[in-house]
Amino acid sequence: MKRIIVCLKQAVDVSQLKVDPKTNQLLTASAPKKISDFDKNALEEAIRIKEKLGEAEIYTVTVSSEDAKAVLREALAIGADKAYFVNDPSFQDVDTSATAYILTEAIKKIGEFDLILCGEASLDSFSGLVGSRLAELLNLPLIASVRKLTVEDNTVVGERTLEDAYETVKAKTPALITVTREINQPRIPSLMMIMKASKKEIVTWTATDLNIQKEKVEGKIDVIEVLAPKTERKKIMITGENKEEIAEKLAKALIQEGVVGR
Amino acid sequence: MSENKGVWVFSENYDLTLEMLGKGRKIADMLRTELVAVLVGSNVQEKANDLIKHGADKVYLVDNPALERFQSEAYLSVLHNLTANYKPDILLIGSTKNGKPLAARLATRLETGCIPDCSRLSVDEKGRLIGERITYGGNAVAKVTFRSKPQIATIPGRAFAKLEPQDRNGEVTKLDVKIEEPKTEVVETKPLETSSVNIEEAKVIVSCGRGLEKKEDKALLEDLAKILGGQLGNSRPLAEDRKWFTEWVGLSGHKVKPKLYVACGISGVIQHVAGIRDSKMIVAINNDPEAPIFEVADYGVVGDLYEILPALTEALNKQLQ
Ligand SMILES: Cc1cc2nc3c(=O)[nH]c(=O)nc-3n(C[C@H](O)[C@H](O)[C@H](O)COP(=O)(O)OP(=O)(O)OC[C@H]3O[C@@H](n4cnc5c(N)ncnc54)[C@H](O)[C@@H]3O)c2cc1C
Repeated sequence: MKRIIVCLKQAVDVSQLKVDPKTNQLLTASAPKKISDFDKNALEEAIRIKEKLGEAEIYTVTVSSEDAKAVLREALAIGADKAYFVNDPSFQDVDTSATAYILTEAIKKIGEFDLILCGEASLDSFSGLVGSRLAELLNLPLIASVRKLTVEDNTVVGERTLEDAYETVKAKTPALITVTREINQPRIPSLMMIMKASKKEIVTWTATDLNIQKEKVEGKIDVIEVLAPKTERKKIMITGENKEEIAEKLAKALIQEGVVGR
Repeated sequence: MSENKGVWVFSENYDLTLEMLGKGRKIADMLRTELVAVLVGSNVQEKANDLIKHGADKVYLVDNPALERFQSEAYLSVLHNLTANYKPDILLIGSTKNGKPLAARLATRLETGCIPDCSRLSVDEKGRLIGERITYGGNAVAKVTFRSKPQIATIPGRAFAKLEPQDRNGEVTKLDVKIEEPKTEVVETKPLETSSVNIEEAKVIVSCGRGLEKKEDKALLEDLAKILGGQLGNSRPLAEDRKWFTEWVGLSGHKVKPKLYVACGISGVIQHVAGIRDSKMIVAINNDPEAPIFEVADYGVVGDLYEILPALTEALNKQLQ
């Protein structure tokens, strides 16, 4: 195992997302950004493989139309050796087909690798397609949604949980693996690691550097609208002198509402 | 682009195939086109008639011993061959752990778009498919459509209902397809114990979160569930961290739609709420008055679940007599 590439998305921190109460629009532009959780698991897994095997370079690749330097620095602090940043204003609103295409061009330019690790899906859009699309474009074996990974010489073995079965799948490297959140608990970088990371390299490429074809970035889907779902709940708080009184009031309400199953 | 026609469905999961035929039938009727089921496997021809009974006009059957079990490249090559030759307008693929990567790779080969996990589908005035999906960690619903064909959407289980089987006429076409060499090998499979009852179909769900201290304490919820005629559910940490259960309710788990959802000791983080939004009524019991679950509940009780649950069970017992 000489080189592991981890695809890292800078995602909207969905736990800090606010909604405009008038329009029901999400205020994504002003929401804080972070490394997509699942991708952090992918990075952590790469570091564990490196620690186990002793030797391997870990490169991260990030595609974004916005600034993502803080996220890249964090990845370097956690343990990546080098970060590639493919940054171009034309990448705004890219869909999964465009993202996979741009990642493919970046990875081809990086050159050789043994393993590509991706999160199973991203925290914000939650599509879960990019890893699979990338495997197809690079003509690689794919093991998707892996919750335990074992790497030996030139094979990888992934354990996955399907709807009705556990499955163990083997592939030869180079291969692409998408990981679930169960696979590990990502480490938090120490101050030392953060300081060391400032010396590591971030390589920035534009669309031109990668000969990106404009029509391939335009994408295959159109987002019509993204709206917060309206919740019309009664929000009635039941109070009382003691638990018996509360329970009686609640029981009565449930029976009156006709939601008791019997 | 205009030469693409027909609505197709495929899943390696048979129940999901029938559910997609239910919705596919409606879309095909709206578009005045045919509904095609793709049947892949080994010795599966006897299922073809059943697919027609459940709404298909046509079945493309690819029967080959090499297709007995799902294998990514083998199944991908079959679907690629069929879709490239017969050019469907719409292709619905079951959003399983195997089906979703399959859909993504097929869309890549066909240089087309894919909209994953559509819980609703409609057709616009131009005949384009519109998919609705939960996004931003449950904070939003996105409506998305296509710029390319075939229009590939993946469909989660139990989003749509099967049709009642009917005696209908249909056409079964057996096809021979060259199957690609596998790039991966399944070295072991073990069955997973899943609950025999489908939580998606439960009328009442009594659900627990990290407020429950010990696994045995779920008896408190079981007592209530029994009198309400419901079943148990739980938040993700009880499965993932504590390993008390294997499944959970929420964005990354089961999306439920009971008449009544009782959330006990569940904080109401958005990813959990995304899975219970379609409940007719939500009741929350939580000892933290600031818990976000109260924002999405119809009835809320601020209190200790260890006190409220037994009292509620008793009160219902009395009042229902
Ligand atoms: C990408 C992603 C996907 C996720 N998908 C899901 C999902 O599908 N489903 C899911 O559930 N989670 C999911 N999560 C996790 C989710 O973010 C929350 O961590 C989780 O839902 C919290 O579970 P909880 O409410 O049981 O625990 P907590 O948030 O810890 O809440 C426990 C609650 O119990 C209350 N409590 C404690 N003791 C008592 C008592 N004695 N009586 C009454 N109340 C008490 C507390 O006040 C608290 O509100 C996901 C997270 C991510 C990042």
